[in-house]
Amino acid sequence: MEDLEFKKLGMKITGITLGFSVIPLLLLGFTIYYQFSGTYTTKIKENLATLVTNKSHALDIFLGERIAQLKIIAATQSFQKLCNEGGLENILRIIRQSSETFIDLGIIDQEGNHVSYCGPYNLKGINYKNERWFHEVLAKGVYVSDVFMGFRKFPHFIIAVLRREGDMNWILRATIDSGVFESQVNSIQQGRNGDAYLVNAAMEFQTTPRFGKIAPLKNFLHAPTRFSGPRIIQSSSPHGEVLFGLQWLEGKNWLLVVREDPKEELTPLLRTQRYVVIIGVVAILSILLGILLITRLMIRQLVRAEQEKAMLDESLMQSSKMAALGKMAAGVAHEVNNPLAVIKEKAGWIRDLLEEEDVKQSKNFQEFRDAVDKIEIHVDRAKKVVHRMLGFARRMEPLRESVDVNKVLEQTLSFFENEAKYQNISITTQMQQNLPRTLSDTSQLQQVFLNLINNSIDALDNGGDIFISTQADLRSKEIKICIRDNGPGIPKEIEKKIFDPFFTTKKVGQGTGLGLAISYSLMEKLGGSLRLENRQEEGAAFIITLPLTYQEG
Amino acid sequence: MEAMRVLIVDDEIDLLETVVKRLQKRHINASGLPDGEKALAYLRDNPIDVVVLDVKMPGKNGLEILEEIKNTYPSIEVIMITGHASIRSGKQGMSLGAFDYMMKPVGIDELLEKIRQAWIKGQSENNGR
Repeated sequence: MEDLEFKKLGMKITGITLGFSVIPLLLLGFTIYYQFSGTYTTKIKENLATLVTNKSHALDIFLGERIAQLKIIAATQSFQKLCNEGGLENILRIIRQSSETFIDLGIIDQEGNHVSYCGPYNLKGINYKNERWFHEVLAKGVYVSDVFMGFRKFPHFIIAVLRREGDMNWILRATIDSGVFESQVNSIQQGRNGDAYLVNAAMEFQTTPRFGKIAPLKNFLHAPTRFSGPRIIQSSSPHGEVLFGLQWLEGKNWLLVVREDPKEELTPLLRTQRYVVIIGVVAILSILLGILLITRLMIRQLVRAEQEKAMLDESLMQSSKMAALGKMAAGVAHEVNNPLAVIKEKAGWIRDLLEEEDVKQSKNFQEFRDAVDKIEIHVDRAKKVVHRMLGFARRMEPLRESVDVNKVLEQTLSFFENEAKYQNISITTQMQQNLPRTLSDTSQLQQVFLNLINNSIDALDNGGDIFISTQADLRSKEIKICIRDNGPGIPKEIEKKIFDPFFTTKKVGQGTGLGLAISYSLMEKLGGSLRLENRQEEGAAFIITLPLTYQEG
Repeated sequence: MEAMRVLIVDDEIDLLETVVKRLQKRHINASGLPDGEKALAYLRDNPIDVVVLDVKMPGKNGLEILEEIKNTYPSIEVIMITGHASIRSGKQGMSLGAFDYMMKPVGIDELLEKIRQAWIKGQSENNGR
């Protein structure tokens, strides 16, 4: 299989595994997070609603108390009595003992004349007949004003109650310091960015907001009409999300507004969110890492299996090829052997006859003898070839047989004689005489020699030398065979790859890239080894070691 | 000492004829036959001292002929000629009582020498009996 296909397979495995593990993880994470965040937000809103309700009730009670106080005074005092100087003053003093919020008191008759006043300002004699609030008191009996600066030049509001004393109506009017009132509202302001204030129906501030009047309130609230109970509005501003808690006061057309920065309230949630994201990322990364590792392991295993299979196939094919070749060689050798024997005998017969007297006299006697000599020489030469072929054929039976390494090498070399001559390559051998025989497999050894010599010949493009030596090392009990050439050598960077299956420097179609790989594994199987001794510019040298095993018995 | 009588058995007629001729030229009383059956029949009527037997022959092979010769005429010495690939049958022949085996191709002088040795061995054994 191609590398590309393995890469594709790896990517597929990675993708599928990643999908099946990460998607459920993300689903789980998001679901839990959204459930949690929904619950948390609801909780925050509920808290805000409770706060707004409680505070608006408190304000209602505060207002109600002031009104009740005034109503009691109006109900228990007569107009006459209050109009006397000192009467009103007395009452203001008593009230102020329990509540500092009262600034002044005044009595207004039904014509709108301020008939009596007690307080820091001189308002006596002012006529309120044309003021709107005056008519409202007359109509409804109670009036609470918005906060205003008025004549007094500081924020305040007034409460007025109507008293019917016989035919006469009069009004008790009190000024309430809204500063005291304001502190009540401001106490609701929470956190670093929280705010609380009162607005009237026209969305005008009744208390000072914490951060000035910068926030264009109408943008958020869209002039809401009166509603009962608390209402929570979530709105976005240029500064981020804003949460408003709203409730109308019952006693007055004022809206309590509590503004919260959800960011502040949501800090624990945001922290959780951050943790979730970090843990999620770490989990996904570790899953990815795991998948990549497993995939790589699997692919490596697959590649190895593929390579082993290919090597096995190749070596099987090669050995079956050799076996077939061997059988053919044996057949041919036997068929050629007999005619050769006949030719030789006939030549011998001629030689015998040439010894006779009358033939010796012939003037061509010497020619005849030379011809017979030549015939015998060439018959012997042909016989050698046949012998080699037979030797090759015999070695096809894989055995643990007694092997003469020198002989195997010589026989292998004989296959290359012509090719070497043709390519101007000289092959020198330096074989140790009396090299001990060892138990091994001749055909496999021959295959290794064939591969290595073939490589050397391929390396020597423009001719060169191949040097082959054998040597027995009795101490380490092995036979060392060295096959080297003076070709270009093997570049350092591919040195480690040459024994890899499918690695080849030959042109496509000329080499399978399996020769060295098979040779390597064959030598390992035979208990020996094959290694490269790279000499760079001087060419390559392959060292084969073969264990020296003596025949038993 | 009687003249020795040699029988060559080989299915390769050209080879057989030439070898016989060359032996005769060396004053050996040699005759040749192309197969084992004929050889056995020939032995019935003609006294022979040494038989040179090719192992690989059509019909009865050399080893079978060898066994029969040794059974019927124990005094005849047999030299086996084997091909390169059948050394084993040569060794087998030795265990069946052959004098020796020789590998093809056999030079005429070696053959002659081997025949002589076989004959001498046969002579001494027969005289001793």
